[in-house]
Amino acid sequence: MENNNSHSQNSHSYGIYILVWLALIALTTVTVTVSGMDLRSLTVTVALVIASIKAYLVLIIFMHLRSEAKTFKVFVLVALLFLLVSFILLFADYSFQ
Amino acid sequence: MSADAVTLDSNGKEPSYLNYKGKYSGIRGWIFSTDHKRIGILYMIGILTFFIAGAIFGFLMRLELISPGETIMSAQTYNRFFTLHGVIMIFLFIIPGIPAIFGNFFLPILIGAKDVAFPRLNLFSWYLYLTGGILALLSIVMPGGPADTGWTFYIPYSVRTDTNVIFSLSAAFVLGFSSILTGLNFVTTVHRLRAPGMTWFKMPLSVWSFYATAWVQVLATPIIGITLLLVAIERVLHVGIFDPSLGGDPVLYQHLFWIYSHPAVYIMILPAMGIVSEIIPVFARRTIFGYKFIAFSSIAIALFGSLVWAHHMFTAGMSDAGQFIFSLLTMIVAIPSAIKVFNWVATLYKGSIDLATPMLYTLAFIFLFTIGGLTGVMQGVISIDIQLHDTAFIVGHFHYVMFGGTGFVLFAALHYWMPKMFGKMYNRKLAKIAFWFVFVGFNFLYFPMLVMGWLGMPRRYYDYLPEFHPYHLTSTIGSWILITGLILMFYNLLKALKSGPIVTEKNIWGGETLEWQIDTPPIHENFKEIPLIEESPYQYKDNELPVEKEKTI
Amino acid sequence: MSINTQAPAEVHIHRDDIGARMGMWLFVFTELILFGGMFIIYSVYRYAHPADFHLAATELNTIIGTFNTIILLTSSLTMALSITAIQNNNRSLSLLFQFLTILLALFFMVNKYFEWMAKINHGLFPGSDELLSKSAGEILFFGLYYVMTGLHGVHVLIGMVLIAVMYRFTSRGIITHDNYVKLENTGLYWHLVDIIWIFLFPLFYLIT
Repeated sequence: MENNNSHSQNSHSYGIYILVWLALIALTTVTVTVSGMDLRSLTVTVALVIASIKAYLVLIIFMHLRSEAKTFKVFVLVALLFLLVSFILLFADYSFQ
Repeated sequence: MSADAVTLDSNGKEPSYLNYKGKYSGIRGWIFSTDHKRIGILYMIGILTFFIAGAIFGFLMRLELISPGETIMSAQTYNRFFTLHGVIMIFLFIIPGIPAIFGNFFLPILIGAKDVAFPRLNLFSWYLYLTGGILALLSIVMPGGPADTGWTFYIPYSVRTDTNVIFSLSAAFVLGFSSILTGLNFVTTVHRLRAPGMTWFKMPLSVWSFYATAWVQVLATPIIGITLLLVAIERVLHVGIFDPSLGGDPVLYQHLFWIYSHPAVYIMILPAMGIVSEIIPVFARRTIFGYKFIAFSSIAIALFGSLVWAHHMFTAGMSDAGQFIFSLLTMIVAIPSAIKVFNWVATLYKGSIDLATPMLYTLAFIFLFTIGGLTGVMQGVISIDIQLHDTAFIVGHFHYVMFGGTGFVLFAALHYWMPKMFGKMYNRKLAKIAFWFVFVGFNFLYFPMLVMGWLGMPRRYYDYLPEFHPYHLTSTIGSWILITGLILMFYNLLKALKSGPIVTEKNIWGGETLEWQIDTPPIHENFKEIPLIEESPYQYKDNELPVEKEKTI
Repeated sequence: MSINTQAPAEVHIHRDDIGARMGMWLFVFTELILFGGMFIIYSVYRYAHPADFHLAATELNTIIGTFNTIILLTSSLTMALSITAIQNNNRSLSLLFQFLTILLALFFMVNKYFEWMAKINHGLFPGSDELLSKSAGEILFFGLYYVMTGLHGVHVLIGMVLIAVMYRFTSRGIITHDNYVKLENTGLYWHLVDIIWIFLFPLFYLIT
């Protein structure tokens, strides 16, 4: 039987987590600062891009997606795609009303 | 082998899962069991009981409709009845249906496993199902009476009506959770527990179907979960979400409702199609035609089925662009289903057809599902749908696909697998007689709906113009023929369970998938040893008749 | 299909950490989509009422929101560190980090409580006359605000309970450096709660 224990996988050192945390705090600072600026229609886009970067960091480092098997990464993509496509198709209706 | 020693019976044989003595005995040995086979049977009891309840509501609805005007119930009661009929049949019968009964019982066996990936979670799923059922029943008896919104709970009426909407919504929410956890269990099971040597393309096609279905269960169900939760919150706390008087958008509710409820119909039909792919090779003695096409079409149906939801909303007030896009996508989703039908028919060609009862229901399925599917494609055309929306045509369509489709395959599966599950055989002649009553009754019941819907008869109306009377009369008489057939069928199966001839042969039908290599009924852990898989299933030498004596483990 | 039998399998208790994580990820997806549905609703209404949303958002306190964001991000850190600690067989450190995670979650909830109370005392709650007198977009904004942060808060509470259970398991030696998939899975849940807030925060607090 294959080794089902995650013993040697998914173990990071303390350091990488602290680094990512610092990056997340920094990004939070950026997003708050940027919100104070008047960007008109770009406001939402910028906020979402920064939030996505933060979420991405949490996903691959904190949630260990980076060190999991390929199947897990495909799973995440499928789930996100489902949400994205539903969103796009819904707006296919709303943006033309 | 299990960690505990298994007590052998008086013949020195390991007892079947029915007689297995685990930690608990008696009824507690069943309701606390994490054995996927026992859980499958627990679901079977619940699901078939709710089917009968839903059928009774349908029967009474048809009685009301036998003549115009008020016949046996008021308009308000009729509204409650069609709501209950829909909620019970959809959430308590068809959506759990095949996956919960036969997926639970047979998926692990088909892939050569001892159980699902999360057996305790499986039991919890059943507890959730039971809870949902109880909540639905409570909605009937609690003050306020059953909901009268239709199973679709459209805004704003679902927020305004005084009936027990909250109970119905809670029932659907809990049942959704049950479905999600089952899907989660099945995806993990297929990925992690396949027997050595069983690559993806050596899996039986029903496993492909259960897998595709499971993904839809996991991804789509949460949407209706949150949507119904929000309706409940809106009702109770007056939070403005969908209610137009609070600024909300009722069409947005419809979008969210159908983002789940359309994929839900693929949760209903995909497992049925998988089982059809199992039964046809066995009773045509032919290797299935186009294995990979059928496997990929299951994935394609799950995928494209998630993109077409707004074809339920062509008259709701969508933009032209939205309507156009969804109509186009609806045409595309018909293709993988058609691919399956072509492959099944190709498998039959030059086959040695055995018209045993499972095959009768399966062949009927192909016919009825084709009618249902084609009427669906018709509805995908916007100009036609504008006339047909909310008419009896729609009702006819979805009964052809859901009942003639999934329902008939569920009956086929009962007749196919019951001997294996219980080691008892039913009266085969009576089973065929029952089938003919069911099939003939079904068509007399539902075909008139297609005609009168086309001619303008609205759905969910308890009264109608005299010109529709002949159709309604035919339909109601059809319901009596159908019910007779169902009574005969259930009587036959129950009698077999109680006192039918015992079956001990492993492979009475000559099947090639793993369940036919194990004991009848199966032992607690299904296999004495986990098999090593070397060939793909369906290795029939064409037209070879079953030679059970040579098929031993 | 032909079947060869193998030698009888050895007696062992079935354990599959990868399978356990796979199941948890699938559950995480369902939660993601549950909240995703509400984000979809948010975007539709925001698209329809951009000015109203802008106006309503000024009622929210950006400082508390930012503070809460940092608290939750830090709790994600402590959660991840608790796993590393147990992987390194440092039980007491893992327990400390788990405890800190619960503490930070508690801070978050306390902040949220005061935030909500402030608004409720201003008469801004679902069904209130004050709120219903506002424009449609504003009513929708606050409806979404209460429901989304409320549901998120429920998930924070559940997370706190889960982590407390893991704390118990860890101190009793059920979770060890050899067997910690329960803690990993709890981590997955907790990080998801964090990710949801990562998106909630800018969409409610930063659109002024």
